[in-house]
Amino acid sequence: MSEAEPSYAVGDRVRILDIGKPGHVRTPTYIRHKVGTIERFCGMFENPEDKAYGRWGLPPIPLYRVQLKQDDIWPDYDGAPGDVLEIEIYDHWLAPAGETT
Amino acid sequence: MSDHDHDHDDHAPTREDDDLELTEGEARFLALKSLLIEGGVMTADEIRARMEFNERGSPHQAARMIARAWVDPDYKARMLADTKSAAAELGIEATEAALVTIENTPERHNMVVCTLCSCYPRSLLGEPPAFYVSKAYRSRAVREPRKVLREFGVDIPDAVDIAVHDSNADLRYVIMPMRPQGTEGMSEEELAALITRDSVVGCALPVEPA
Repeated sequence: MSEAEPSYAVGDRVRILDIGKPGHVRTPTYIRHKVGTIERFCGMFENPEDKAYGRWGLPPIPLYRVQLKQDDIWPDYDGAPGDVLEIEIYDHWLAPAGETT
Repeated sequence: MSDHDHDHDDHAPTREDDDLELTEGEARFLALKSLLIEGGVMTADEIRARMEFNERGSPHQAARMIARAWVDPDYKARMLADTKSAAAELGIEATEAALVTIENTPERHNMVVCTLCSCYPRSLLGEPPAFYVSKAYRSRAVREPRKVLREFGVDIPDAVDIAVHDSNADLRYVIMPMRPQGTEGMSEEELAALITRDSVVGCALPVEPA
């Protein structure tokens, strides 16, 4: 699969992966394995996982904002059922929600 | 020279000196700075000027934009669609790669955190406050936002949803608070004075008009 094109559309259900990559990655641990919905496509960005180590981070990769229900992140979440969290995730950290990690 | 008694501590520092011992980060910064200067890569003045530039932003920039948006629906639409261009319209140079404005509504309150470090829209808000950089805020804002907001004195009723925005990657966020009641007829400048730094992070509401 090419990483140069956005693979997801607004409203798609996605699972945030744990790809086991060490170093300067921008997908926090607390959100890995969680399922949410594509809120928007943010554009193409140079890969920060490469840029952090002096490389160019090219070609640019798609970045999305994913919206998750707080109840789907924290089983004991204390708040309103409509509370959500939105977070930016790069394409290669996502899979369609139907697929297993 | 005077019998004036100084026991009232007028000149006492407001906090203890914290630069007596270097942290690891400070030592590394000074070492790197020396190498850059000695190697002729940058001058000390260039490094100082960049630090000054980094600290030039102030919450007043974002406040001006939001006050304009409150009085001008067309500007508001442009700011929501393209925050960087809307900043440029007011002569504000935004150096962030991408800026996004999120609007508070009667149905949804928004707040921003960077759980990974301290990503922040510095061009529009200046340097982030200490709480924003603290591990406590960064870990708790995503886990128990309502409790954190209550500690800031903001009680969001359960009928209003809360959206937490993790500013973890390339976008930087500005929260547009709702215009308070009783501000009809106020000038843009008066409105801007109601918009505090923390209200643009989503940890406060705008100041109520007197």
